[in-house]
Amino acid sequence: MFQVRIHGRGGQGVVTGAEMLSIAAFLEGRHAQAFPSFGSERTGAPVVAFCRIADKEIRLREPVMEPDALIIQDATLLHQIDVFAGLSADGYVVLNTNHSFEDLGLGDLAKRIRPERLVAVSATDLSLKHVGRNAPNVPLLGAFAAVSGLISLDSVVAAIRDKFSGKVADGNIAAATEAYNIAKAAMEAAHA
Amino acid sequence: MGHQDVKFYQTGTFTVGNRLLPPEQRSVQSEIERTNSLNCGHRACQGCGEALGARYAIDAAMRATNNQLVAVNATGCLEVFSTPYPETSWQIPWIHSLFGNAAAVATGVAAAAKVRARKAGQQLPEVRVIAQGGDGGTTDIGFGCLSGMFERNDDVLYICYDNQAYMNTGVQRSSATPPAARTATTMPVGEHPGNDWGQGKNVPLIAMAHGIPYVATASVSDLRDLEYKVKKAMSMRGARYIHIFVPCPLGWGSASHDTIKLARLAKETGLFPVFEAEYGEVTNVSKIRQKQPVEAYLRLQRRFAHLFGKKPQVELIARFQAMADQNIHKFGLLGNDKAVVGFPDSEHK
Amino acid sequence: MLKQCEGSHAVAEAVALSRPEVICAYPISPQTHIVEGLGEMVKAGDIKNCEYINVESEFAAMSVAIGSSAAGARTYTATASQGLLFMVEAVYNASGLGLPIVMTVANRAIGAPINIWNDHSDSMSQRDCGWIQIFAETNQEAADLHIQAFKLAEELSLPVMVCMDGFILTHAYERVDIPTQEQVDKFLPPYSPRQVLDPAAPVSIGAMVGPEAFSEVRYLAHAKQMQALELIPKIASEFQEIFGRDSGGLVRPYMLEDAETVVIALGSVLGTIKDTIDEMRADGISIGVLGINSFRPFPVSAIRRALSHAKRIVVLEKSLAVGIGGIVATDVRMALDGLDKRIYTVVAGLGGRNITRSSLHRVFRMAMHDQLEALHFLDLEWSIVNKELDRERTTRRSGPIAENILRDLGQTKSNVG
Ligand SMILES: Cc1ncc(C[n+]2csc(CCOP(=O)(O)OP(=O)(O)O)c2C)c(N)n1
Ligand code: SF4
Ligand SMILES: [Mg+2]
Repeated sequence: MFQVRIHGRGGQGVVTGAEMLSIAAFLEGRHAQAFPSFGSERTGAPVVAFCRIADKEIRLREPVMEPDALIIQDATLLHQIDVFAGLSADGYVVLNTNHSFEDLGLGDLAKRIRPERLVAVSATDLSLKHVGRNAPNVPLLGAFAAVSGLISLDSVVAAIRDKFSGKVADGNIAAATEAYNIAKAAMEAAHA
Repeated sequence: MGHQDVKFYQTGTFTVGNRLLPPEQRSVQSEIERTNSLNCGHRACQGCGEALGARYAIDAAMRATNNQLVAVNATGCLEVFSTPYPETSWQIPWIHSLFGNAAAVATGVAAAAKVRARKAGQQLPEVRVIAQGGDGGTTDIGFGCLSGMFERNDDVLYICYDNQAYMNTGVQRSSATPPAARTATTMPVGEHPGNDWGQGKNVPLIAMAHGIPYVATASVSDLRDLEYKVKKAMSMRGARYIHIFVPCPLGWGSASHDTIKLARLAKETGLFPVFEAEYGEVTNVSKIRQKQPVEAYLRLQRRFAHLFGKKPQVELIARFQAMADQNIHKFGLLGNDKAVVGFPDSEHK
Repeated sequence: MLKQCEGSHAVAEAVALSRPEVICAYPISPQTHIVEGLGEMVKAGDIKNCEYINVESEFAAMSVAIGSSAAGARTYTATASQGLLFMVEAVYNASGLGLPIVMTVANRAIGAPINIWNDHSDSMSQRDCGWIQIFAETNQEAADLHIQAFKLAEELSLPVMVCMDGFILTHAYERVDIPTQEQVDKFLPPYSPRQVLDPAAPVSIGAMVGPEAFSEVRYLAHAKQMQALELIPKIASEFQEIFGRDSGGLVRPYMLEDAETVVIALGSVLGTIKDTIDEMRADGISIGVLGINSFRPFPVSAIRRALSHAKRIVVLEKSLAVGIGGIVATDVRMALDGLDKRIYTVVAGLGGRNITRSSLHRVFRMAMHDQLEALHFLDLEWSIVNKELDRERTTRRSGPIAENILRDLGQTKSNVG
């Protein structure tokens, strides 16, 4: 079973992100379970959502406490809560930022995690560019697909079409694809 | 009227420069001694009209009662965003009981205050009571208790923060939701997108029909007027009701920075008449300064976006305009017109 | 059709497929997405011949439902927590009148202190209200149970409450097989009421009944629930024939045959318990779990039969009978009357407290070694409790308990966990 935890803030589509990830996995014939850390949060409050992916029925209902991957939609959370709790050394981290890990004070983390599993993407910029609003969730899924190889970009695209339609879907697909390419290139650089 | 109309037009708004006024005319919020009854640290959304309205209203009530105030809150956004764990934003004695019973709980608080006063040999209790809730808690589920409190003329000021839907649970329709508006339970699909065109429910008028001493509407676009009305309400005894128009960026799909603008447009179009009434009779209305077409108001909100799609719903927009025009007529919102609604009461002439 | 969707959406689709004629909607988390989904379907014309009514309170929701059901319409509503309590007088009335209304309860705690998270206090508070209460373990089962519920309700002329864990199920995205309209039509015939307000054949419904007949009327309510004990498994097997899925029934055993220790639970926590049991079995521990699907009627003989080999029973419940302990455990004791078995009550998951495998491992192992107290509160923070007790001992005006405790906690709990 592969477990993902997504951190962000109310209004950034954290829950939708987890749901789309589960749809993408489902479309690849796998079992998936997405759920929010339910709360009465308003715009801007820290929000967490989870996604489990497995090849058989998922019965477990506890929150994800030892994630295999973290998607962090808002870098300002790094100083507010322990987003890295429970992450193992060969976990994946996908972070929305246009700073480097060192700039963010994450140098130690960068040393602990395998470099090709750590990727920073300016998902906010990408979503502003392609969708016209701050919705980093979708581009981060594109980047996650590239880094983890767990789901294909095609499935992410299909999940986007499941949730959105028309121009919004097109914009999100463009954002996810660009993020995918950026992450792919970054990984290859890390491998090289 | 106890308060002076202040009009500074330099910025094209009614923004009030307090420093240009004599101290006794300044707003409560401008004072260093304001009570900050609803303190910072709450978790309302950016641009929340309800948070703004509540802060002004309760601080004004605190000032008017010499800080002898207890507040009762219905369930809703205000209650939830003001009491995030583990701290509360309330600097006053405050109780939340249930969604539908705030008016009755307030009656209880007032009754206890009365007994305490009597035991202390005072004629009137010093401790005053405010009940407050959203439109859902007021015009729907709490309506029975509210009407009971009015009818008994209990010594309570009830404040309704009207953001025109059940926001706390994620924007569902209430009886205060305007026609055609998109909510999660009135989606813009099918033959008649958005909320049905019902009869509406004008709770300020219903309150007036109870013949209670004071009923007023107010808006976050005129906060000095809001403070003035709260102060006036607290100078009276018996059942009083203030209905405050509070835009909700999240539920209306409007920009956070348009909250005040929307509130002003609601008034300037006539969609939300701002007035005062005593013992069932309209005593004062805030005149429309520059009449605006309803479109100017509707267009800024995504909940009405389906009216302006590829095929603009001209008929529905015209119906909104008719509604606004009818308000303008009913409440005499233009020029020297007089209000034609009300329940005149010869006893209090 | 297989679909990856939210639990609420799956339930809304199942209700839609059941061809409801009147739906009453009132918002309260975590039920709201269900009625929102139905509202959109009615408005878009996807559900035909159906009135969707946005009422002004839960009391009105159930009251409208009583009227429409008595007038012969298949009627549905949903609620939770405070909403269920707000409608209570009408809830009892609906069952007293024998009206086959189906209602989802998206289980949530009851305040004060106000809490929107999951536990079973709301449904449990209504355990004696005369409604049938069935609990879903997964979203698939929640969807299936709604289709079964209409059939069960209408055959018995009794209302049915389908209970599903708020948020944990209602807000979870998972795989659900949504049946076809043909399948549902084949399974669920149109509503043919036993009693109906009909000008062609006028009846009075809701007459005053005095001491001379009240006991008989109440006994018949009980007798109907006893009939449900037969009907629930029958409907589940009819369902299986048409839909090819084992859903519903009275109880659900897992790894039970040889189990010395048997856990009993209701709802979605069964999944986490099963995973824990698999891990314990791998360690050679003899443990199993019995899920209770039908809580009212309470399947006394089925439980007695299923537990005949067990040495000890751990009832893990998301509810608390203040002043005595367990609610489910009390009923289980009744089912095991006269048998020599240890019964432990573990109160867990109140107000959304997470129930984790690691905590389950711990209490199950304690039970196995008979080291558990008869009444155990899972993961209770004793230091916080004792601090408050101490405060109350030493200070007269000790203040509101909930707020004191939050201040002691001193920090907003991280949203993780
Ligand atoms: C009896 C009952 N039913 C439903 C709810 C759920 N509920 C809590 S707040 C709320 C909506 C509040 O709407 P409103 O009164 O308009 O206040 P707002 O949040 O919009 O400020 C609802 C439906 C409840 N708490 N109790
Ligand atoms: S949802 Fe609306 S009423 Fe509630 S806090 Fe946000 S802006 Fe204010
Ligand atoms: Mg409201």
